[in-house]
Amino acid sequence: MKHYDVIVVGGGHAGTEAAHVSARSGAKTALVTLSEDGIGVLSCNPAIGGLGKGHLVREIDAFDGVMGTVADAAGIQFRLLNRKKGPAVQGPRAQVDRQVYRAVMGRLTKLQENLDILAGEAVGLLLVYGHCEGITLADGAQIKAHRVVLTTGTFLRGVIHIGDVAKPGGRMGDKPSVLMAQQLDEMDIPLGRLKTGTPPRLDGRTINWGGLEMQPGDDTPSFFSALTGAVSIDQVSCGITHTNERTHEIIQQNLSKSAMYGGHIEGVGPRYCPSIEDKVVRFADKTSHQIFLEPEGVSDHTVYPNGISTSLPVETQDEYVHSIAGLENAKILQPGYAIEYDHVDPRALTPTLELRACSGLYLAGQINGTTGYEEAAAQGLVAGLNAARSAQGLEPHVFTRRTSYIGVMVDDLVTRGVSEPYRMFTSRAEFRLSLRADNADQRLTDEGRQLGVVGEKRWKHFSDKMEALKNARSLLDKSKLTARQIASVGAKVNPDTPNRTGYEALSLNDFTLDMLDQLVPGAHEIDVATKTQVKYDALYAHYIERQARDVAALERDEKMTIPRDLDYAMVGGLSFELQNKLTAAKPSTLAHAGRVDGITPAALLVISAYLRREQQKKAV
Amino acid sequence: MDTIFALATAPGRAGVAIVRISGVDAVAAAQDICGSVPMQRGVRRIIDGSGDLIDEALVLTFQDKRSFTGEPVVELHLHGSPAIVAAVLDLLGRDKRLRFAEAGEFTRRALENGRLDLAQVEGLADLIDAETEAQRKQAVRVFDGALGALADEWRQQLVRAAALIEATIDFADEDVPEDVLPEVRGILINVAGSLKEQIDGVGTAERIRDGFEVAIVGAPNAGKSTLLNRIAGREAALTSSVAGTTRDVIEVRLDLAGFAVTLLDTAGIRETDDHVEGLGVALAVKRAEAADLRVLLMDGDEVPDIHVNSQDIVVRGKADTYNGGDFAVSGETGAGVDELLERIGMILKGRAQCAGVAMRLRHKVAMTETVTRIKAVQGMIEDNIGLDLIADELRAAIRAVDIIVGRVDVEDLLDEIFASFCIGK
Repeated sequence: MKHYDVIVVGGGHAGTEAAHVSARSGAKTALVTLSEDGIGVLSCNPAIGGLGKGHLVREIDAFDGVMGTVADAAGIQFRLLNRKKGPAVQGPRAQVDRQVYRAVMGRLTKLQENLDILAGEAVGLLLVYGHCEGITLADGAQIKAHRVVLTTGTFLRGVIHIGDVAKPGGRMGDKPSVLMAQQLDEMDIPLGRLKTGTPPRLDGRTINWGGLEMQPGDDTPSFFSALTGAVSIDQVSCGITHTNERTHEIIQQNLSKSAMYGGHIEGVGPRYCPSIEDKVVRFADKTSHQIFLEPEGVSDHTVYPNGISTSLPVETQDEYVHSIAGLENAKILQPGYAIEYDHVDPRALTPTLELRACSGLYLAGQINGTTGYEEAAAQGLVAGLNAARSAQGLEPHVFTRRTSYIGVMVDDLVTRGVSEPYRMFTSRAEFRLSLRADNADQRLTDEGRQLGVVGEKRWKHFSDKMEALKNARSLLDKSKLTARQIASVGAKVNPDTPNRTGYEALSLNDFTLDMLDQLVPGAHEIDVATKTQVKYDALYAHYIERQARDVAALERDEKMTIPRDLDYAMVGGLSFELQNKLTAAKPSTLAHAGRVDGITPAALLVISAYLRREQQKKAV
Repeated sequence: MDTIFALATAPGRAGVAIVRISGVDAVAAAQDICGSVPMQRGVRRIIDGSGDLIDEALVLTFQDKRSFTGEPVVELHLHGSPAIVAAVLDLLGRDKRLRFAEAGEFTRRALENGRLDLAQVEGLADLIDAETEAQRKQAVRVFDGALGALADEWRQQLVRAAALIEATIDFADEDVPEDVLPEVRGILINVAGSLKEQIDGVGTAERIRDGFEVAIVGAPNAGKSTLLNRIAGREAALTSSVAGTTRDVIEVRLDLAGFAVTLLDTAGIRETDDHVEGLGVALAVKRAEAADLRVLLMDGDEVPDIHVNSQDIVVRGKADTYNGGDFAVSGETGAGVDELLERIGMILKGRAQCAGVAMRLRHKVAMTETVTRIKAVQGMIEDNIGLDLIADELRAAIRAVDIIVGRVDVEDLLDEIFASFCIGK
């Protein structure tokens, strides 16, 4: 029988990232997937990144992960969103070629050292006294491992709805995992039910592109990976069209036939990704909604009409699609559908994404109630890294809210749970000004290197960048500019203010790199990428200082860990209600406890006092 | 860790009020307002920004590890008048190194620095809970929900403004309006205006709760103390016909037209060579100027050297010996006293009607902070600063309002966004 350090079940975005990071960290890893072809499948829209999501991909890349590299290789249109709104909220996004993405991800996975790909269906977990020691495949074979990462996406009791037709399925054309769900049920893990949907896929050759507005990519593409230098394949534009009153009329008339409105679905769908039925009902006064026509690839004619996901019957989908400008003769290749699936309440997880109720078993991706490729991959990174570290007897690594969006997401999930599929937004990050897409590597690559998951090539690239930044910074810190000089090149500044260094001048909103070159000798010799990075760092330095107090307070509370099995009745001074809430939430640090609903400053005080006393007892 | 301060004794009129400052900058901050800080304890004069005396206080200095919190602590033991306490807290609030302590914060620091045992902590926790509950009840009773409703409105408006901006940030690719700034600008102007109305009314509203101060001022021997004694119906101030008898400020509390009123009898205002009397005069002028209303008691045609305002009452003293046509009173005979009290009552009633509903100093600080933040946001919008920075400042404004009503959460923002815009392309 084979024995691994880590088994990862599932070859989607969470699974691939988990398997790769586990293997990178030196653990002998197996990736178990229904078929090798299923590795890196984009089951929803053909795009990676965006706001918050682009930040996550950059952070994965900073840990030398695979998603950024693969998305760059498959990118057919790159856009940096929010170009005009300040670097902290700019997010890279790319349309990707579905086939190329899958091919590149498959290739990289095969090439990865320490990583075996096993084709098979995982139907059960090997549990020994509450510890997970491996999995069982459909053919009865058992594979043992120190740690298991489960990334089953929407496959847990998945049901696909089109109109009033419902059939079990994890994704169009795939079977759901019912046995696995039953086993989780038996383990008494809290489950919830969510839904999500997709639009009908269209044949691009039947779309009348002539009259449509087209959206090209940026002239200078912004890549996800720090190591990418240029685009790999042909670039394309997306089309934009709109629904109209006729479209809405058709949907209104057929509303009762929709799975959602016909009462066939109980799962909760995401508010930020409503079906077209939802849009028409909830925003009845809007007579038109925007649709992006996203090509699924360079050599693939399929088009993903982003904005009209639906669970209406096929004939109604046909009818309303044809009412839309440009789509009059469009052929539907695959109808849109809604999918309902089970997820685990993520409050049952630790910040390493290990199930509290079952040691050795880690969960990542949609199974934890999230949505999106990037959210899944980021969790894969967390779970895979920690499964591997745990298998090797190393300390867990927890991502914090202070240094990454990954930390924000995991903390949100394990302390607050989900009421709809969780998606990353930049507004979820209280330290948004320091957690920028442009400085993901500055925040995380060093950490990743110390954890042993950042390879030589990336480390060299990163060290060179840091060296260049240091040199630029020291040149700028030495230069002295008078306010008059700064004003003379066109920046808005009071001429009676004190002298500034070149770095301080850069912190002025309208002080450009050109102005810097004019005023500071030697500045023009610094490359533009380095100067831009210094400008961004300078722009936020003042605000980040202001956040220092909040950061320090959070840090202090994060350091105070609460034992898993703490009996809150023993703490004393906590009301019965708070005892129950804390027992249910099982916060792992004082910071987590503070975010549990209803916790008062006084309650935190007694918990903190109790922990201190226990520590002192141990010390004696 | 930053330096915090708060009133450590119960609010309201008392013999002594203690203001505690704790943290690395405690000594430096105390030095700024006291001139110097004693090694252990000593009496110091607390001077405000314009160099005027607020109070003479007993100042206690504790080195770190020997204080309640385990940090450097300075305690100011003040005379227990709400006006003095408010002035000192206001002064400390202006110091950028300091901020108001949050509920339980002193105790929490004490705990973290190993200065409390668990039994003490549990006892204190009960107290904090009780205090929070008492404050909540008091807020409900005193404000009759009015401030709460207003603050909710401000918060809703600011959350709306923040949501508009966040929507254009997080949903840049979606069907959200291109330029939300006109609506944001309108919201900011409204909220700032409403906040300013409340802040301006805070002084009066505090008076309704703590009482108005009415100062009787005038030249020496104009009959001020006699008048006070007549009104109070008892020998509160020592009276004699020798000019300059009253060297302290004498207070008499009484109920006047339904308001708690403190009458202040001040030293006669005149040039003097007597050092002690000189101090009394300076104090008299200061207290009189800070009072809500002044009754200027004229002796002859001599106008006292004091800043007055239009509502102050000018009246001739010693009506028993005055024969002119102006309004006159006599403490000796009681002539004109009822009319004087009626006039005072009318003026206070007028003030009470225009009082805002905000009362506590903490609320005033929070409201002032919110206005400052809103102004900053307005400036940033005008200067075309990035939306990311504007959003950050707007969050700070919401946090300031939150101090009045409870905390905001990112979920509030998202709720507003999803309710307002059709997101999901």
